[in-house]
Order: sequence, then C-alpha cells, then structure tokens
Amino acid sequence: MANKQDGPGPQGLTNDDIGQDVRLELYRIQVKIRDAEKRANDLFFQNLIKGTSHLSLGQEAIAAGVAVAMEANDKSFCTYRGHAHTLARGVSVEKVLGELMLRDNGLMRGKGGSMHLTSVEHGVMGSYAIIGAHLPIACGSAWRAQYLGEKDVSVCFFGDGTTNIGAFHEALNFAVIWKLPVVFICENNLYMEYTPIGDVTAVEHPAADRASAYGLERILIDGNDADVVYRTAKAAMDKAREGGGPSLIECLTYRHSGHSRADPAKYRPPGELEKWLEKDPLKIYRKRLAEYGISESDIAGIEAESKRVVDEATEACKASPPAPHELLTTDVYADGGWAWRN
Amino acid sequence: MAELTYRDAVARAITQEMERDERVVLLGEDVAKAGGVFKATVGLYERFGEKRVRDTPISEQAFMGAAMGAAMTGLRPIADIMFADFAAVCFDFFANEFPKLRYMTNGQLGCPLVIRTANGGGARFGAQHSQSIENWTMMIPGLKVVAPSSPVDVIGLMAAAIRDDNPVIFHEHKSLYATKGEVPDGEILDTLGTAKILRPGKDATIVALALMVPRALAAAETLAAEHGIDCEVIDVRSLVPLDTNTILNSVAKTGRLFTVEENPRLCGWGAEIASIVADEAFWDLDGPIVRITTPHIPLPAADHLEDLALPNPPRIVERIARTMNGSAR
Repeated sequence: MANKQDGPGPQGLTNDDIGQDVRLELYRIQVKIRDAEKRANDLFFQNLIKGTSHLSLGQEAIAAGVAVAMEANDKSFCTYRGHAHTLARGVSVEKVLGELMLRDNGLMRGKGGSMHLTSVEHGVMGSYAIIGAHLPIACGSAWRAQYLGEKDVSVCFFGDGTTNIGAFHEALNFAVIWKLPVVFICENNLYMEYTPIGDVTAVEHPAADRASAYGLERILIDGNDADVVYRTAKAAMDKAREGGGPSLIECLTYRHSGHSRADPAKYRPPGELEKWLEKDPLKIYRKRLAEYGISESDIAGIEAESKRVVDEATEACKASPPAPHELLTTDVYADGGWAWRN
Repeated sequence: MAELTYRDAVARAITQEMERDERVVLLGEDVAKAGGVFKATVGLYERFGEKRVRDTPISEQAFMGAAMGAAMTGLRPIADIMFADFAAVCFDFFANEFPKLRYMTNGQLGCPLVIRTANGGGARFGAQHSQSIENWTMMIPGLKVVAPSSPVDVIGLMAAAIRDDNPVIFHEHKSLYATKGEVPDGEILDTLGTAKILRPGKDATIVALALMVPRALAAAETLAAEHGIDCEVIDVRSLVPLDTNTILNSVAKTGRLFTVEENPRLCGWGAEIASIVADEAFWDLDGPIVRITTPHIPLPAADHLEDLALPNPPRIVERIARTMNGSAR
C-alpha cells in the first residue's frame, strides 16, 4: 500500500519537515507500545492478566502519530482497545500493565481494568467500552473548549466497526453543525471484531466514504506510517484549534492479533497476516529513521531502553498487591461513597 | 410569594442557576427558540443567548454524550429529553456512561449534569409518550433520581440537582406542568434525598411520587371524611438518595404502609420501599403493605382507558379502605 492520500491531508507538511526530535519520539512511542502490548500478551498466557484485553499490535503508528501531534492540554477519548493511546500520551508502562493485572499500582487501582484506561493528568479522558458512546462525549469536551474559549482539541479514536452504529453518525453531524474542535480518528484494521468490515458495510472505506454526508473532507491515509499519521493529525488539529471545525481521518491498518485475548483470528485468509507483517509500522519506521540519518546505535538504544522499562514495570506490577477491599464501594457518588439512602 | 405553574417553575429554576453560575448551559430538542414543546423553557434563549441555550438535532445519543463530555471537563449542562420514553434511544448514557464514569476511573472524572425528562401519563399520548420511567433510572448505581410534585419543589430540587456533583435524572411530570402553587420570592434551594410529609396522619402511611402525590392527598381527604381513616401522605420526591428515615418513622407511627405508583407493576419503586419496610420495620406493621400501581400493561391512548390504568383517588380510597377494614384481598 502506497501512502494513499485522498483529500488535502497533510497540507503542505512533508516528511522532510519532521524534525529529528519528533521523529525519535514517534519511534520511541511505537516501540513502547509494541513492547508493552507484547508483554501484556505474554502475561495473559502466564495467567497474570484476568478478564479481557484488546491489543493494538500492528496499529502502533496511529496512536503514536496522533499523540505526538497533540499538545499537552489536548484530550484523548479512547476505546476498549486503548492501551496504545494511553501509553502514547506518556502514561507509564507500569501504570498500564498494573491496571491490566488489576493491581493496586494500576491507573485506576484495578477498578476499571483493561477496557477503561484513564489518566486525566495526561489528557486521557477515558477509554469507553460501549461502541460509539465516546464520539458524542468527545464532542461535549470540544463544546466545553469552544464555550470557555479554551484552545485544546479533543481527539477521539475508534475502530472501523464503530462506523456502523448510530452514535457515529449523530456525533459527526453534531460536531459539524456546532463546528466543534474535535478530530475523529478511525482505525480501519479491516475487522469488526471477527467479521471483515467489508462484509457488513455499505461502502468500501467505512469512515472516509461517509465523510461527505456530513460535509467533511474525505481523508484516507496509511495508518502504518507514523509520519503520515502525524502530519495528517497535526493539520486536522491545527484546523480545529483555529476554529475550523472537526475532521474525520480514516487510517488504514491491520490488527496483528485477534480481536481480544479469546480470539485466535482463525478467520483470516491465508497469507493476509504475512502480507501485513511486511508493512509492520515498526519495520517501516525503523527504515525511515535510517533514511534520515539516525544511527543504528541510537535506534538500538531506544529499543533497549524500552525493553528495560517494560521489564521493570512487569516486576513492579508482579510485586504490587491487589487493591484493598475498601475500594469496592468508593467513588460511586461524588462524596466518595456509595450511599443511596439514609 | 407568588403563584406559579409547575411549567414556569422549571424556567425559573434554570434562570436562577444560570444567573448564579456561568458554567450552567441548557441543550435539547426545541428547548431554545421554541421554549420547549411543553413551554417549560420559554424565555431562556432570549435571556441567556444562543451560546448557553442551544437547540440540538433529534440525536439523543449525540447530545446526551455532549452533555457528559462537557460535564466531565468543566461545564454544568442541563440536557432535555423531550418525552421520558426517549431515554430508551440513548439508554447507554443512563446505564453505562453517566453513572459508571466516576467509579471506573477511580474518581478521576465526574459527571455533574442534569437530565430533565417530561415523564408520565395522563395526556392521552399513547404507549410511547406516556411512560413513567423513574424505575429505569432508579435501578442504576451512580445516578440520582428526582421527581418533584409541586412548583416550589421543582425550583428547589432543580437548583440542588444542578449544584450536585453527580448525574441527576430530573423527572418532570407532563401532567403537572399546568398545575399551580405558591412559590416564595428570592433564591430557592432544596436538598436531594429528603422526603416531605404533606399531610400528617395517624392511621396509615401513603407514599407517593410526582402526579400520584396530589391524587394521594385527595384520596386521604376522602378517607378521612368518609371512612374515618387518617392517612399520613409522604411525597418521596427523591428516589436516589432515598429518605428511608422519614418513611420508617411514619410507619412506626401508623403501622400501615401504602405506596401509590404510576409505573407499571413490576419492579416499581414502591417495591423497594416495601422491601425496606418489611426488612426493617416488620414489627411496626399492623397489616400488609399494599402497592397501588398502574397494571403491568403499556398505556393506551384512549382517555377512558388511560384513566382506568393510572391510580386515581377513587381507586386509592377503595384499596386503602378495603385493606384497613381487614379484607386485604
């Protein structure tokens, strides 16, 4: 797949305009996500992660590219497949793995779990596990920014499957009519859970082909190239920040693993995974770094540091106790408790 | 002191709070330029402008979500569900989003908003525009649920709901909009989770909500005049938090409990109260707890049939008198 680029997309910025710091950061985040997600996968098989979990292996370039384009005050709204977007905003691997392992050191001390990662201090305003709900919620955050004259942009990540639920369509219409500073990022990984998205969708490109219905530009990009994602997201965020309203970006990508830990993804046609592994975002980006003169030792340094961090985080999580029993009934209501009667 | 309709009390409450706090905003279908389909928000758009009072498309998921996103990042939105029944098209927000946010983020985020609904029957609107949905909302941990019966309570409880840091579902009753009541001048602020004894009595306790409150009061007068039964009538006002103390103390005094509920029979709020009283005040009871409810049916449009369905004063009188005279069944 070439850098398929319909619509205005990166708006003038080219790969050459991406500075070395940004480029290194893009790689660092992708490696961090890859290593943390692989570790999460390993921890499942050791039975150290309970419940469910949805990995972003193969989709790292999107979380990284968008996060690097964001400013500190910008807000992320994620799905249950949200480890990557949470890590990309700077949340530590320990906090994320701790939550996946349902330990007291986790982001929400185990009360939310894998599907609800939230770190308000990093601008991660929640991970939502009911498909579609967080698109309107991101609109509301954007409305608050518009109302108060604040300059942050709200960014909402979701999968291709989300484009077939009503909330997607309601949110797009709503964002356009109120001209909200919100950027919708569709990660089209070709599968709606277990079903090929093409089997259940009226158009070929589930987000991009619907954009015109809401007066939006059609933006379809290579979601496995972090530079392309970064440039496109940056342009959309600049536009939103300047009062130009929302954007919808469809990023083509591929999920290397199954939908969730329960899914071995046996429904994939033979050879499909292998084809996409050649377009692995980390492979693409490692090559890109070399093209732009980053030394092998610098690249290897980033990779070694990431492995060290993930190893240390894993040990810290294994050593962390579960949350105390008192946590069961905290924060149901704003007074911190759960009382519903006197 | 002035006489105000329940309808005008809604606008007065929102005006009071919007003047007090810039973060308070109102959104919903036809709430701004049209002043609401029940005319409960007339004048707010003119007074506070299109920035704070906004019409939305018929997209309940979009504007419930927008209210939530705004609430969790710093505003105090009031969102309007035109007919309570429409909560079903955006029930995800009632069930999964508003009430779970604080818990599952371990307190990192909250959802301080108010959802107004035009709830209840009596207006001949048929099965999809007449339901009493307070039970749908009462059953979800994390929500607060309020249903006022008088203009002064509309103002005081609405103000409390807007100032509350939790998601509050505020059920206005569409058949009460035209009713009138005395309302004091100046700021009015009430407390969520407090029931009110509207008629003291010694023989039996009647607990009621919203439209059932005036009907229970009327029934109590008849019971006193024609049957010599002196009923204490409690307006529950707030289902969550629930003021069980007021109810338990009343039952300790009267020894009898009747609930008057507009909802269809199963899982009505009165069942929860009956359960609490049975658990905690069983030895205070001198007879069975009796729930007087709408039968477990959808509501018909035809006026004579709807009137048969909803509890009304003659039915309340008949049921209470029969029970008190020792023939509960």
